[in-house]
Amino acid sequence: MNARTSRLVLAIGAPVLALAAAFVITSLVLAIAGDPIGGVWGQILSLPTDRGYINIVNSATVYYLSAVAVAIGFRMNLFNIGVDGQYRVASFAAAVVAGEGWLPGYANTALAMLAAVLVGAMWAGIAGLLRVTRGVSEVISTIMLNAIATALVAYLLRKVAVDDPGSNITATKTVPEGSRVPGIHAFGEEATIYGLVFLAVAVGFMYWFVINKTRFGFDLRATGQSETAAVASGINVKKMIVVSMLLSGAAAGLVGLPLLFGNDYAYGSTFQSGLGFAGIAIALLGRNHPIGIALGALLFAFLDQQANPLEILLDVSPQIIKITQGVIVLTVVIAYEVVRRYGVRLEQRRVASALEEGVTA
Amino acid sequence: MSLATDAVTGAPAAPHKKLSVGWIYLGIAGVIILISLLRIITGANDLDSSGTLRATLVAAIPIGLAGLGGLWSERAGIVNIGLEGMMILGTFGAGYFGYFYGPWQGVIGAIALGALGGLLHAVATVTFGVDHIVSGVAINIIALGAVQYLAQLAFTGVPGGGQTQSPTIDDLPTISISAIADPLGDLEAKHWFVVSDVASVLRALTSNLSILTILCLLLFFVTYWVLWRTRFGLRLRSCGESPAAAESLGINVIRYKFMAVLISGGLAGLAGGFLALVASSTYRDGQTGGRGYIGLAAMIFGNWRPGGLLVGSGLFGYTDTLRLRGGGETIHGLLLLVAAGLVVMAVWQVRKAGKRGAFITAAVGVVVGLWYFLSDSIPEDLTGMTPYVTTLLVLALFSQRLRMPAADGKPYRKGSSG
Amino acid sequence: MSAGPPFFQPEDVSALTAMPDSNGEVVVRLRDIGKTFPGVIANHDVNIDVRRGTVHAIVGENGAGKSTLMKILYGVQKPDSGTIEINGQEISLASPSDAIAAGVGMVFQHFMLADNLSVLENVVLGAEKLHGIGDAARAKIREISDAYGLDVDPDVLVEDLGVGARQRVEILKVLFRGAKIIILDEPTAVLVPQEVDELFGNLRELKAEGLAVIFISHKLDEVLSVADEVTVIRRGETIDTVPAASVTSKQLAEMMVGSELPSPSTETSTVTETVVLEVKDLTLPAASGRDLLSDINLVIRSGEVLGIAGVEGNGQAELVESIMGMRVPSSGVVTLNGRDLTALSTRSRREAGIGYIPEDRHRHGLLLDAPLWENRILGHQTSEPNVNGPLIDRGGARRDTLRIVEEYDVRTPSIDTTARALSGGNQQKLIVGREMAGDPVVLIASHPTRGVDVGAQAAIWGHIKRARRDGLAVLLISADLDELIGLSDTIRVILRGRLGQTFDPATVTPQMLGSAMTGADA
Repeated sequence: MNARTSRLVLAIGAPVLALAAAFVITSLVLAIAGDPIGGVWGQILSLPTDRGYINIVNSATVYYLSAVAVAIGFRMNLFNIGVDGQYRVASFAAAVVAGEGWLPGYANTALAMLAAVLVGAMWAGIAGLLRVTRGVSEVISTIMLNAIATALVAYLLRKVAVDDPGSNITATKTVPEGSRVPGIHAFGEEATIYGLVFLAVAVGFMYWFVINKTRFGFDLRATGQSETAAVASGINVKKMIVVSMLLSGAAAGLVGLPLLFGNDYAYGSTFQSGLGFAGIAIALLGRNHPIGIALGALLFAFLDQQANPLEILLDVSPQIIKITQGVIVLTVVIAYEVVRRYGVRLEQRRVASALEEGVTA
Repeated sequence: MSLATDAVTGAPAAPHKKLSVGWIYLGIAGVIILISLLRIITGANDLDSSGTLRATLVAAIPIGLAGLGGLWSERAGIVNIGLEGMMILGTFGAGYFGYFYGPWQGVIGAIALGALGGLLHAVATVTFGVDHIVSGVAINIIALGAVQYLAQLAFTGVPGGGQTQSPTIDDLPTISISAIADPLGDLEAKHWFVVSDVASVLRALTSNLSILTILCLLLFFVTYWVLWRTRFGLRLRSCGESPAAAESLGINVIRYKFMAVLISGGLAGLAGGFLALVASSTYRDGQTGGRGYIGLAAMIFGNWRPGGLLVGSGLFGYTDTLRLRGGGETIHGLLLLVAAGLVVMAVWQVRKAGKRGAFITAAVGVVVGLWYFLSDSIPEDLTGMTPYVTTLLVLALFSQRLRMPAADGKPYRKGSSG
Repeated sequence: MSAGPPFFQPEDVSALTAMPDSNGEVVVRLRDIGKTFPGVIANHDVNIDVRRGTVHAIVGENGAGKSTLMKILYGVQKPDSGTIEINGQEISLASPSDAIAAGVGMVFQHFMLADNLSVLENVVLGAEKLHGIGDAARAKIREISDAYGLDVDPDVLVEDLGVGARQRVEILKVLFRGAKIIILDEPTAVLVPQEVDELFGNLRELKAEGLAVIFISHKLDEVLSVADEVTVIRRGETIDTVPAASVTSKQLAEMMVGSELPSPSTETSTVTETVVLEVKDLTLPAASGRDLLSDINLVIRSGEVLGIAGVEGNGQAELVESIMGMRVPSSGVVTLNGRDLTALSTRSRREAGIGYIPEDRHRHGLLLDAPLWENRILGHQTSEPNVNGPLIDRGGARRDTLRIVEEYDVRTPSIDTTARALSGGNQQKLIVGREMAGDPVVLIASHPTRGVDVGAQAAIWGHIKRARRDGLAVLLISADLDELIGLSDTIRVILRGRLGQTFDPATVTPQMLGSAMTGADA
């Protein structure tokens, strides 16, 4: 087996191993709880409905943006646990701007998106600044900023909320019709795929390009691999920390937009929460690779969608799938670590044997 | 990954002072006088009523226990942000075993389920060398899903229970010394300077105190004694400071790290159990409300030491309590204290740290002061931020003085000596 | 484990070994020890007998397998094959505690101390049963410290101690456990000649008390001055054991590497009049206390190698980092070809023509998990052929990596191999090749041959000399005094952040440098 194929096998082996482990552990939990194992897997692993496919793509779109935001930090060895708070303040800001409709049509949409990006970047930037000026770990500061974001948004929402007769949900003004992003029809269903799915694709491509092809991306990866070597190589690490936190926050700002412009049309107390944490899990699963993250996002969205009917069909709590997802994340990082160590040994052996031959030749 | 990056690297050794008992008493007295003064000035009598203080104790203990969990594990070099998940497991353990078998069994169940979460974290981080933060995040996800799934299974259809909530659990026994507590109550009601404040502190400690509260408070002293006064503690701490050195002296580092993380999980589980058994009388979904994270913050605030952690969790518990009780007005009163504190600190900074930092601190102080004088109350939503903002401020102002265990968060593999 | 009481009590072992006229009996017998790491045979049929009351040296070049062997004897690593006998009993050492129980103690090359714990805590750790962790242990430490003149205070934090004091704490740790067999791994690497003499005095004392000392080194003169017997290891195999009195260092060197050791002999001066790098009145303050660097003045001319001698921690690293722009001095000017660098970032300084071989290649020189061609880019992210505007030029970087691998003899199967998989010598050759690319005008070389094998060492010396002939100005920092004397045109001594005496390498001896480095001659 040559170096390239063995590297490929190792790369695919880890997630497969993790999925198998998650399958076994979930089955064990089901068995202990006395739920029907076969029935549950039968439902989860069945083919989704046409409507189901649309839902999967839609929620994968949102997951993908969130995971990319997390991954930008991860490549720098920064743990942006605050994507959750960042996308909420950003979505709220975008909803307010879009709801006001200062500009006509899509100009309004663009302005709202800009607001989301800026607010998300700013919220993450606080953590970046605290890290470089005061030495506060971004792990703790972003966790705190998440909680502060929750309180702040709740407060501001109460201030700007409009009364919607016939509903007790507090929400911002709705986005004008002309500023909404139309969905894509598929399978002849009434439901549509978010138009902003293309935003996710574009963000994924930009992420790949910047990280792998540019000098900036090299600096970012180098800093993530070894801060000390980065400093010695002339990288301004403090600047890199702030910039990558800003970028991560900007990407996080986009997370809520497909929902805002394609589904909810307003930010209210029922706006989907917890996307930031799903993003962490998916970024880990996809190993920060743009394609890997896409597969991870689709997998998570698929599991969510397929678990939904469990309650009605089998009287099993769909929360079982959260266990599966969590176990996948934990086992996948373990598997990657095991595979990495094995890969290092394999390579050392290969280097040694290649040199051995070189000596005799 | 380090939790207080840059805070320790390259910093020269600060002089190592130890707090003597005298200073601690003096500090407590100072705080009481300060609060009393503030109470008189602002007229916010609920600032230190015995009700507030008792509620503070109940609010502080889960935070403190979670922090203790973090302390045990980080002293052995394992960062544990899975505390939140372990706490969640603890709330369910208390709810399930507490309802079906009795409250003390609930305590055991909470500890056991928390320790199970700790076991998972130990296997991932110690055995497989997974990044500590990553493992912690995964555990938080798993724990949340598992508990929601199990709660639905266990409590649906049970009278008084439901998908997200257990029925009421029997209370643990409480202690009241009414012979002392009642006259103290009269004294407290006079609102005299200092005297009433002392009375209310004593009253809070002598009436309606759950036995579990007392046991949990004892754990802080037990932790200090075990970690700093015994052979086991020395070995455990050595694993967090220099696992290679520990290994070179024949210490089974893996075993100590495992034990530390298990204990950590057990303490976090107990923290969750306390929420379900003492702070309320049911298991509820989402009961922890991020207290695991606040516990972690309290531990950092306390500089990875039990005494500091106790102060930190007391502070966070206090602000949380004020939010729930008086809400806006009481916290509004505290603004004055914060403003005064910041100005004092700015003066100190001018001497020690330079003008720029002092200027920023003073400016913030003035803004807070203006806020106090220009408003009557703080909106309820914003009071919810208090513990988090406090944590951020404390970290931003003092992180340079914090010192975490040297090998905290670093992966360790056997055979790394030499 | 097959021998030894459940925990160690020094009296037991002394009873075992203190038989009359037992001097010279074999206390450690290693037979056919083998150990393989992935792709590397570290030890292979190693046979050694160590006698009581002797200093037994084990010599071999970097990477010969000395340290692995000692880790096996100390239970840190398990041998794949072979037997270990201690005091005549075959024993299996599963962990250091087994070794400690058998009376073996080890002083590691990189000190095994927890900075944030006190000396007392560091010493009693793992041996709490002997004297507890309180006053009894404190008294015992004072007693040992006085008996051997180690001058160790049990109640200070280790982080407040200097290098020499830390080594004495390490020795005290071993004595506290009552060890009768003491392993010292490269103990002189961080010491100046005078401190080495002190250490050797201590070793002779230990020897006189009937202890067996195993002394690992690659400095042959030192070995011959202190050892009774010498075992030579080459490529993981024992070549021979000889009495120290009967060999010369030249003979030992031939046994070590199969030929004469390379020595960095000085060549005719190529120093010109053109000043390339100048540092004027540079002061770097510490966060508290004495300045890290004060009033540094130095000049390096084209074609000149300026060597800096000093005990580690006297400001060498800070000097290098200040010149590189990684630290911000409070005052002073660095100029390159007359251009003021003060306001420039590290990257701009590199672009201006400073090449940099960092002291710790793993921490500062390489991305260990990145392929070699990406490591070629590191530190040269803005220069040809690595980049094309804001984009990485993958093809250009790869081509130039191939050139470096070829010209600098980096032994690797491919440029897609990760840096981690290469040996220290090959990693260092890659770094040297990278830093020489783009024709620097100044090279800052910190310990350029530390921890590399003799082949790579000779090659790196060759590259530095050739570049010097071509007019390169070199700032050379090294703890290896022979290297400094052999390569430098001028040697200056750094002590407590100040540049002191200047020496001519043609006339200076290591002893003279040693005195200046410790300030003993001042």
